[in-house]
Amino acid sequence: MNLAFKDIRHNLGRFALTTVGVGMLLMIVMGMGGIYRGIVEDATLLVDNVGSDLWLVQRNTRGPFAEISRVPSNLVHRAYAVPGVVSAREFVYHTIQREQDGKPLRIAVLGLSWPIDKGQWIPLTGGRSLGQNHFEMVADQSLGLALGETIDLGKESYTIVGTTKSMLSAGGDGIAFVTVTDAQQIQFDTPGEAVRLERASRLARGEQSDLGNLQPAILDNTNKPASQLPAIARPQMSAVLVSVSPGADLAKVKEAMSGWGDVSVYTQSQQRDLLLKGTVDRARRQIGLFRVLLTLIAAIIMALILYTLTLDKIHSIALLKLIGAPNRVILGLILQQALMLGVAGFGIAYLVGGKLFPMFPRRVILTQTDLFQLALIVVGISVVSSLLGIWKAMKVTPNEALS
Amino acid sequence: MSDRDSRSLAIETRGLTKIYGSGNTEIVAMKDASMKVHRGEVVALLGPSGSGKSTFLTAVGLINPPTSGQVWIRDQLVLEGEISYTNLRSFRRQHIGFVFQKSNLIPFLTAIENVQIALELNGATSRQARRRALHLLDELGVEDRASNLPSMLSGGQQQRVAVARALANHPSVILADEPTAALDGHRGRQVMELFAKVAHEHGTGVIVVTHDHRALDVFDTTYEMEDGLMGLSSSEATSVT
Repeated sequence: MNLAFKDIRHNLGRFALTTVGVGMLLMIVMGMGGIYRGIVEDATLLVDNVGSDLWLVQRNTRGPFAEISRVPSNLVHRAYAVPGVVSAREFVYHTIQREQDGKPLRIAVLGLSWPIDKGQWIPLTGGRSLGQNHFEMVADQSLGLALGETIDLGKESYTIVGTTKSMLSAGGDGIAFVTVTDAQQIQFDTPGEAVRLERASRLARGEQSDLGNLQPAILDNTNKPASQLPAIARPQMSAVLVSVSPGADLAKVKEAMSGWGDVSVYTQSQQRDLLLKGTVDRARRQIGLFRVLLTLIAAIIMALILYTLTLDKIHSIALLKLIGAPNRVILGLILQQALMLGVAGFGIAYLVGGKLFPMFPRRVILTQTDLFQLALIVVGISVVSSLLGIWKAMKVTPNEALS
Repeated sequence: MSDRDSRSLAIETRGLTKIYGSGNTEIVAMKDASMKVHRGEVVALLGPSGSGKSTFLTAVGLINPPTSGQVWIRDQLVLEGEISYTNLRSFRRQHIGFVFQKSNLIPFLTAIENVQIALELNGATSRQARRRALHLLDELGVEDRASNLPSMLSGGQQQRVAVARALANHPSVILADEPTAALDGHRGRQVMELFAKVAHEHGTGVIVVTHDHRALDVFDTTYEMEDGLMGLSSSEATSVT
């Protein structure tokens, strides 16, 4: 006869409510794990998918995902000159915030090196990759931009020609893929008035300099756009992505590029590690600690619940001892109830979480490994939390049945 | 030798003494209590509150060992002072049945399950236990309430189920502590008669601690306790003499 089951049957309503409560608590623990996994996944998604063997970034920086990285665009040509390099692509990455339909819209803008990279590697859910050098965009679904819709950024309008899913920045913002030129256009867009003021300022500075006074023709150049001025460099890239040919030695290529004084070179896995250890690390640790704390709280609450359930059964336990029930029967009664509570709570957490988590603003990813790990933790805390109740039950004497 | 003495002993106590505390705080709850109960014999133990009846019952029930004295069950020395000669819980399960005043049954088990559990704890299979439990409930007239929880049974029905549970493992002795206290006179007498019936039919010794003097005629022997001292009741002593 299963006494644990009989007792639960007798107090079904209370047990069900308690289980729902424990289940909700476990759902939060599960959710925290899922949020952590989502952050890691989002952070590394781009690095994993972009298909680059080496990342050339500004010297002594950790790359565009961690901090501002500026490399000259001619770095692409330098990279091509290294034996073993099969392709070198410009990479521009920055985050902007605009307003769309009265709501703030954060976009991670990623520039693709047209025409080498048209975004064929992006997993599309609709439409196509980029088909021209300007004014087309492939947008993540989370941005809420529909296929064929146009969005105004800077002085230009961009048409959504393709949509993708789960392409997010480390901060959880949806990525919009445009060409490098467009990405720079968006990044360095300045209002007309600012351009006029800068030209006037440039002219005034030129007039005050000896060079301007000696060669007035130079002053004519001040009215041109900044990008056309020979003394001013073209807007720079965030990084250059290098792919090496299958037979080439990656280490040798890396070593050659590491000799350049203006760049740092990272392999794909190094860039991935930098992302996890840098940008995501604090969030990851914070969530991890919070998860540990919640697990402890869940264990304490379960212990109190099981202790209370045991207190309610003290007379029955004394009676069982009086009629000769061995300790293992009493222990089994409490332990089985603890496990039933834990397992049922875990089931509720899984079912309710499965419905709720997709509604969260950031991805909550429940992996089989994480679920299995949590299931083991739940079994563990069920056993540990039942110890208080078991201790109480072991202290009960058959005498108490007579009182 | 009387007819009573010719039957084998269900339980015998020799000089049971229980002392709580020590020195100035020493309290003698029971002193030199000796009793013989034969198989099939129903014994009443009378006495005012605090006279030591419950102390005696818990000592005999192997719950609270005496400070000194011996407890013999079926000619086997089980307890000598605080020294036990067997696993008391296991021995209790096999040889002693209990019936109390109230809260006698496990509330989350039905009537039949309350009897079954005693059998299963003693090694019976679920099927065997169920069959015997049904038989006992039938014998005690509560078979129709087998699937009811204790809260759905009357006081008298609860006591019958408790008696069925006490009888489940063919015990040597049944110990009953104020079993009729929560019942009216008529039902109280019915329960006392039930004890006499099961004692005679099952050959079990029964010790009933009671305040109820109205049904004393049901008992084969009556003991009295006062201030921890036990003796045959005056009427019993006279008849024995």
